[in-house]
Amino acid sequence: MRERKDDYLVRREHLKELSDSELRTYFLELSEKIVEPLLDLSYKNTSKSIERSVLLRMGFSSIDAKTIVDILDENNLLCKGAGHSVFILSKNKNLSLEKAGELISNGVEINYLLEYFKIHE
Amino acid sequence: MNNLKPNEKLDVHKILDGLENYHPVRRGWIWRKVSPQKIGDFQFEQVSPGLKNFVALPSARNIGNIDPQPDAVITTEIASGRFEDDIRRMRMAAYHGADHIMVIRTAGQSHFDGLLEGTPQGIGGIPITRKQLRAQRRALDIIEEEVGRPINYHSYVSGVAGPEIAVLFTEEGVSGAHQDPQYNILYRNINAIRSIVDSAESKMIMAYAGMAQIDGAHNANATARDAWKVMPELLVQHIINSKFSEKIGIKKENICLSTVPPAASPTPDLKLNLPYAVALREFLSDYKMRAQMNTKYMDSSTREATVTHVLNLLISRLTSADIQSTITPDEGRNVPWHIYNIEALDTAKQAMVGMDDLLSMVNLSDTGYLQDKKREIQERSILMMEEIIEMGGYFKAVEAGMFVDSGEYPERNSDGISRDIEGGVGSGTVIERDLDYLAPVTAHYGYNNVEQYNKEFIKDPSKLISGCTFEKPEMIKFIDELDETDNVYLRMEKTEKYRTGKLIKPEVEWLGDGTVVVDLFFPTSHRIAEAAAIETGKKMNLSNVEVIHKEILHPSEGTRIQIKGTFDFDIKIDELVLPEIIKSHSEDDVINYVKLNPIKVVAGTAGNDEHSVGIREVLDIKHGGVEKYGIKYEYLGTSVPIEKFVDAAIETNSNVIMMSTIISHDDTHYKSMKKLHNYAIEKGVRDKLILIAGGTQVTPEIARKNSMDQGFGRGTKGIHIASFVIDKHKEINSK
Repeated sequence: MRERKDDYLVRREHLKELSDSELRTYFLELSEKIVEPLLDLSYKNTSKSIERSVLLRMGFSSIDAKTIVDILDENNLLCKGAGHSVFILSKNKNLSLEKAGELISNGVEINYLLEYFKIHE
Repeated sequence: MNNLKPNEKLDVHKILDGLENYHPVRRGWIWRKVSPQKIGDFQFEQVSPGLKNFVALPSARNIGNIDPQPDAVITTEIASGRFEDDIRRMRMAAYHGADHIMVIRTAGQSHFDGLLEGTPQGIGGIPITRKQLRAQRRALDIIEEEVGRPINYHSYVSGVAGPEIAVLFTEEGVSGAHQDPQYNILYRNINAIRSIVDSAESKMIMAYAGMAQIDGAHNANATARDAWKVMPELLVQHIINSKFSEKIGIKKENICLSTVPPAASPTPDLKLNLPYAVALREFLSDYKMRAQMNTKYMDSSTREATVTHVLNLLISRLTSADIQSTITPDEGRNVPWHIYNIEALDTAKQAMVGMDDLLSMVNLSDTGYLQDKKREIQERSILMMEEIIEMGGYFKAVEAGMFVDSGEYPERNSDGISRDIEGGVGSGTVIERDLDYLAPVTAHYGYNNVEQYNKEFIKDPSKLISGCTFEKPEMIKFIDELDETDNVYLRMEKTEKYRTGKLIKPEVEWLGDGTVVVDLFFPTSHRIAEAAAIETGKKMNLSNVEVIHKEILHPSEGTRIQIKGTFDFDIKIDELVLPEIIKSHSEDDVINYVKLNPIKVVAGTAGNDEHSVGIREVLDIKHGGVEKYGIKYEYLGTSVPIEKFVDAAIETNSNVIMMSTIISHDDTHYKSMKKLHNYAIEKGVRDKLILIAGGTQVTPEIARKNSMDQGFGRGTKGIHIASFVIDKHKEINSK
C-alpha cells in the first residue's frame, strides 16, 4: 500500500458517536462481510490435500492416498471427488474400497471412471 | 504400563511396542475446572483441582508443600528434534503443572505436500507423523493418569497438507491445534486461495474432533518492525479467523485467540499492553484467550526474559487467560532445554497463584488513558476492516500489502507483506467441485452430493461406505518406518547404555548429550572475557565450547559469560558414593512433640573455631533453625572450650549439645568430638545427653565413628536436626 500519514482523527468521525457496544456490533458485522466470500469460495472448491484427507478417512494410507489423488488429478477427475471415484468403482464392480483404490492407482480403471462420469454428467 | 509410579522411569521401548494397534483413549480438548478451595492454610479463588503427583515450587518446602494449580490451562512447547527424548520432558512438565503440551513441527514441514511417516530426527522441531503422534499420545495417556489430570496434546494444522493433518490429528487423539490460513498466506507464502479452501476443510474436521483451535495472529507482532504498532491489525486478524471458524462450526468455546502482549520493558510495558489486552477481550469476548508470552524482544538473558514473562502474566491476571502459554527463558538462544521448560512452567504457576483473585482488590480504571487508548485501538481496527471491504475483500487487501505494515493503521509505511493472489506455493491447485461431486466421509466441508446415491445419508455421508476411520479406528492404516537410516530405533541404539541404569551423563535435551553450562565472571572487558571463557571451558575438558550469553557488568571492570560445552565422560552409577538420607518429620509433628516434651540445647563453635554462620542458621528462628520448632537454646558463643559444653548443659539442664566444628586441619574436628564424648562420660551425663556435631567437613558417618549421636554436614536445615533430636529423645525416654 502507498505510504500514508496517520489520518485516524479524520477517518474516525463516523465512529465517534457510537457507544462501546454499538462499536462492537459494527466490528462483528464487518467481520461477517469479510468472511462470507471466503466461506462461499471454500464451499464450492476442493484441493489435492482435501481429497487426500477424504481418502485417509476412507482407510487409505498416506502413500496410497497420494498416488490415487495424483492420477485422478492428471485425468481431471478431482472435480468429482477422489472418494467418489473409489466409492463408485467399489460399488459398481463389487470391490473392497482398498482394491478399488489399487485399481485406480495402477491406472487400470481410469477409463472406466472417465466413462462413468461422462455418462452421468 | 499404566499406574506408573513416581520412582519408576517411563520405558520408551514399551511405548513403541505394539504401537500399530494402539488407539488414543479419548478425543477433544479439556478445560480445567475452576474450583475455589482451601489449600493448606489458604483460601484460593482462581484455582483448579490439585494433582495426584506433582513437584511443588521450591519455596513450598516451608509452606506445607502445597501446590495450588491455577484456573488456566498451562502450555509448554516441547520439540527438541527427538520425540523419544521429549516424552521424558513431557512427564517432567506434567509434574510441574503443564496440561497442554505443544509440539512444534520440524523446519520445512509446512511446505511438504502430504503427510510425513516414520520417525526421522527434526530440526528446530519434530517431524509430525502418525507414529510419532501415536507414541507421544500413548505416553501422555499414561502420564495424565499418573498426575490425575487430562493432558491436552497439540500441534499445527497448516501448510499445504492441512486437511490431511487435521484427519491424522483426529485419528490420533490430538486435542488442539494452531489453524489459521492467514499464517500460511502471510508467513509461509502459501497461495491465499488454496490456504482458505484447505482451511475450511481443516476447521470442519477440528470441529468434529472437539479440538481447541489457536490462531496465528501473534506472528504479526513477532514480524512487525515495531510490535506495538500492529495492535489494530491484530484485532482484525483475530476476528477474521475466529468468525470464519465459527461459521464453519467450531464451537465458540474452542476458538482461542493467540494473544501476546506486543511490547516489552524497557518500553512502558503495561501502558502499551494493557489497553490492547482490554480492547481485544472486549471485542472478541465470544471466544477464549490463549495468552502467550512475548518472544519478540527476547535476548539471551534468561533473567530478563523471565521478568518480561511475569509482566505478561500480570496482564493475564488483570484481564483474563483461558490458556496461559509459556515461553522458555532460553528461547532467545537455543531450542528449549529441559530445565527451561520447567522454569517457564514454574514461573507461570508461581505468578498466577501469587496473583490469585487480584481483581477482587484492584479495579481497572473505567475512565481516562486506559479506556481512551482501548477505544482508539478498537476504532483503528474497524477502520482497517472498512478499507478491506472497500478494496474488494480479503484477497485484494492481501495483494495490496495491507497486512503487517509497520505503520499503526491507518498510517501506512508501504512495507506490508504483499501476496499475489495467483502466486505462492500451491497456486492454481484449487479445483471447482462439479454438481455430482461426492466425498463419502464424516466432517467434510462444503458441497457434497450425497443424495445422488442415498437421500437418507445426507447428514452422515460416511454411511455410504459403512463408516470411515472417524467411526471405525480399525480402518486406519499405520505406516511404521520408511527410512532405514533415520529412525527412532537407530537413535535409541546409540544411547541405549544410558537406559541400563549403569551409566549417566549430564543432559540438556537428548539422552547422553553431555551438554553443560558454566557461569563465569571475568574482571575485564567483554571481548577479553569471551575469549577467556572459551579457554576456561577447554581447560575444564569440555569440547564444542560456545558462548551462549554475555552481560556487561561494567565496560572495563567485569563481564558475565555463560558458556556451554560437551562433557564427554560417562559416570558409572554403581561407583557413586551416595550421601546418607537424613530423614525429617513434618514441621507440625516436631512442633507438637516439643510442646509436650520441652527440649533445651546448648550450642557453640568448638575450641579455636570462630566460624559461627552455620550454627546460627540451624539455631535461629530467623533462618528456620531449631528454635522455630519450640526448642530453646543457650548460645555459648565461639571458640568454646569442650568442657564448657558439658558443664553448661548440666547447669542449664539441657538435653542436647550442638557443637560446630568447621576447622578440619590436623583432624581437629574429630578430636573435638571424641573429647566431648569422653568428658560427658567423665561427668556421668553421657546417657542423658544427645551429642551432635556439625560443620562443612562433617558427615554423619564420621561423626558417629567419633562417638557423636549424629553429625550434620552441608545443606543441613533446622528441621533435620530437630527431627533427629526428637527421635533420639523418644529413644532415651523409653529406656
